[in-house]
Amino acid sequence: MDWFLQQLINGLALGAIYALIALGYTMVYGVLRFINFAHSDVLMLGAFAAYYLAPLVAPLLGATTIPSAIAVIVLSAAICAVIGMTIEYLAYRPLRKRPRLTVLITAIGVSLFIEYTGQHEKVFGAATKSFPTLLPKTEIILGGLRCSSNDLVVVGLTAVLLVAMWFIVQRTKIGMAMRAVSFNEQAASLMGVNANAIISFTFAIGSALAAIGGIFYSMRAPGIEPLMGVQPGLRAFIAAVLGGIGNLPGAALGGLVLGLLETFFGGMPGLSNYRDAIAFALLILILLFRPAGLLGKVQTEKV
Amino acid sequence: MNRRIFFSLLSAGALGLAGCQKTATDEIPVGEFASLTGKEATFGQSSHEGTVLAVEEINAAGGVLGKKFKLLTEDNGSKPGESANAVNKLIAKDGVVAILGEVASSRSMEAAPICQSNKIPQISPSSTNPKVTETGDYIFRVCFIDPFQGTVMANFARKTLKAQKVAIFTDVKSDYSKGLAKFFKEGFLKAGGQVVSELDYNGGDKDFKGQLTAIKSANPEGVFVPGYYTDAALICIQAKEVGLTVPIFGGDGWESEKLTEIGKESVEGTYFSTHYSPDAGGPKGKAFVEAYKKRYNGKLPDAMAALGYDSAMILADAIKRAGSTDGSKIRDALAATKDFDAVTGKITINAQRDADKAAVILKVKDGKFSYIETIAP
Amino acid sequence: MRGREKLFLLIAIVVAIGLSYVSASFNRYYLGIAIDVGINIILAVSLNLINGHTGQFSLGHAGFMAVGGYFAAKFTLVYGPTLPPAAQPFLFAGALLLGGIVAALAGLAVGVPSLRLKGDYLAIVTLGFGEIIRVIFQTSETFGAATGLTGIAKLTTFGWAWALAAVTVYVVACLVNSTYGRGFIAVHDDEIAAGAMGINPVRYKVTAFVIGAFFAGIAGGLYAHHKAVLSPGGFDFIKSIEIVVMVILGGMGRTVGVIFAAIILTILPELLRGVAEYRMIIYSLLIIGLMLTRPQGLFTWGKKGAA
Repeated sequence: MDWFLQQLINGLALGAIYALIALGYTMVYGVLRFINFAHSDVLMLGAFAAYYLAPLVAPLLGATTIPSAIAVIVLSAAICAVIGMTIEYLAYRPLRKRPRLTVLITAIGVSLFIEYTGQHEKVFGAATKSFPTLLPKTEIILGGLRCSSNDLVVVGLTAVLLVAMWFIVQRTKIGMAMRAVSFNEQAASLMGVNANAIISFTFAIGSALAAIGGIFYSMRAPGIEPLMGVQPGLRAFIAAVLGGIGNLPGAALGGLVLGLLETFFGGMPGLSNYRDAIAFALLILILLFRPAGLLGKVQTEKV
Repeated sequence: MNRRIFFSLLSAGALGLAGCQKTATDEIPVGEFASLTGKEATFGQSSHEGTVLAVEEINAAGGVLGKKFKLLTEDNGSKPGESANAVNKLIAKDGVVAILGEVASSRSMEAAPICQSNKIPQISPSSTNPKVTETGDYIFRVCFIDPFQGTVMANFARKTLKAQKVAIFTDVKSDYSKGLAKFFKEGFLKAGGQVVSELDYNGGDKDFKGQLTAIKSANPEGVFVPGYYTDAALICIQAKEVGLTVPIFGGDGWESEKLTEIGKESVEGTYFSTHYSPDAGGPKGKAFVEAYKKRYNGKLPDAMAALGYDSAMILADAIKRAGSTDGSKIRDALAATKDFDAVTGKITINAQRDADKAAVILKVKDGKFSYIETIAP
Repeated sequence: MRGREKLFLLIAIVVAIGLSYVSASFNRYYLGIAIDVGINIILAVSLNLINGHTGQFSLGHAGFMAVGGYFAAKFTLVYGPTLPPAAQPFLFAGALLLGGIVAALAGLAVGVPSLRLKGDYLAIVTLGFGEIIRVIFQTSETFGAATGLTGIAKLTTFGWAWALAAVTVYVVACLVNSTYGRGFIAVHDDEIAAGAMGINPVRYKVTAFVIGAFFAGIAGGLYAHHKAVLSPGGFDFIKSIEIVVMVILGGMGRTVGVIFAAIILTILPELLRGVAEYRMIIYSLLIIGLMLTRPQGLFTWGKKGAA
């Protein structure tokens, strides 16, 4: 039982990170109906932004203190928000009217571009870099269960962010505009909604969340390199589809499910090397029997 | 209509294929293929840096047989399928006298049949799968192979660490890791030990807590992690977080300054086997470290860099002894290498064209690698 | 019309085999690339049947290639040593056929569940299948696990690669141009309308997958016996993307365009060797630029679906 609870705790923290990243995928899909393959690289850029910012912030706010951590996280998120909006403006907006396949391929191109440019020695270099310690870390031991203070911070902050996202989307004017655009872009713009601005905003938020997810991820595993976003990005993507792509609570649920799955299966001898295959198999099953995902709405196609 | 185009393309292509050129200069063209970009760029770049340093030193000393080495490097992007093209180009187009490469066994094995059939010697810096040199008598390596290293660590775990039960945590994506794990297990069982848990991870994964928690509940007295330092450091950090306090140890893939840079306190007290230590290798090792630091902005060399350096040095020595750049003469000279004073120890090339050399065991202490013992083959 | 096609096919095969016989004097490097081109033509044209003609967005083509390659290689590794050299060509043909058939079965396994999915969802599912196939080969000790298969006999020659490429082009082109084959395009253009016209979209979609997978398997077998080493990492999502880019560059559904695209995209990385560190950066910029400026592909003469 102890083992089960411990894995549960491990899986929750991981799942929270996937949930954050999955939110970005799902929000963008909601407004643009396309899967932003470059999202996983924004995660990586967030981690690198924090890597370069931490030593700059340290003289002002201390090295491993809460104020400096907050500053680094907020600044990195802001930088990635801008990067996300720029990518949207340059690479996706011109293709707004094109078939989705075209944009999908473009997204793949952008992703490869960021990854390989990052690997070039004049940029980040391919070697793994040591991620700075942002928060003082302590072990919390309750009975036989262990948990890192970082994990608690991650789960707590993720919960806060999820609630904040829900609030923004459901209870604010801009959220209503986002929902309108995702429902029917043309009708929304006829109603006075500036679709371009809303889409930019969505990318900004999604990218900021990815950056924060990337930083949290690096807090757990403090080795960063340009290709680090591929694995978590893929898993978060499966999470988003699992929960119902376009559906925010679904993304959160999907993230948790995937984090737990990965942790539990990882601990099982014989199955641990099939983890990826199991995740994909689950994805395929969901898509076959419930394509809208766990929490998504089933849509009929009009002829 | 497309038939016609297809057909004409075929003939055009045929004309283009008939070219065959070899440039003759007063330099000795040496080919190198490595993963300079892509998933394993960090290892390829490391070994490349070592090789470049060696070539620069060789040329500064006047070259070999009065001619300077011209290092021609091709990237394979860490992708299967590319090494064949890279090596074909180096041999068929650039006319190299020998090929240096590669770090990964699978990519070395892709190039090996080509080098063998063209009678061009190939020297791999760090491919440890026994099959690499089995391809043919023109294929060599300057590192020890998995069976040796696995046994070294198995005996170390059993005799020095006195561990009766161990867990093995393998990188299932890396054939180096799997090979090392397999031979470690054999050696450990033969030495009377017991393997209580065997789990896997994917190289590049960042989350190991699920597996580490499971390993912990199997109560091992030690954990063998035959992977690369990029993952090993993270594994050690997360092992501490799940409360796994038993000794963790690994192989030469651990050797890098990044291990302590990323792992910090979590890698204190861990052990790993490798090819050399500045403390064990004597003056040559120390000189190499200094030269590397000077050339590459204070960076410390890792095992790949040292081996890349040695592969070039051994080639130069073999050409000198052969007195010629003819493939078969170089091959014979390489096969006859005995007690070559390399940075990574004294190298003797044995009958299987692998390096007979000692392994050293290092312990991480106070953020540095401290030398424990040398184990001869 | 059919007669002329057959004649060209025969000529192409004869020329390919003929060139192969004199290929011993060719520069090994260029020859190696030429064989790569032939293999990529098969991959691109076979994917084109699924993606271009039938409009099914498949991102798992590398999985079929892997299946064909692994089975073909295992076959020659096991039976090769026991047979005399004279039997080699038959051994090879048998191996390729085996690889193709098993790949076709995999195509069936992937195609059937994918029937109800469209667009992005189909892409995700095929991606998932491709990855599952890769993980299976990576874990299976029979197929060498992480090391993969090594020491495969180098049986692929210029003749084999290009002759089979010609056959692939012929089969796909004829298929699509036939009365039966018009069904593929109908399904692509409007599935529901096609269904209303009596064309069974299920049958066409699955057929596209099966045939596409078959030829991908053949390409895989050729690849295995060309590189002599097969490792699971070479059949990942990125490989599938590379083939997809060839199809898109060539203009989805245009066989001629796709052939040209395969040739260009195989030669390009070799030409860019001089700037190796920028190779992938240039490649990714190419993809982005292409999609932004000319998403219908570079080679858009000739009607869609025409041979």
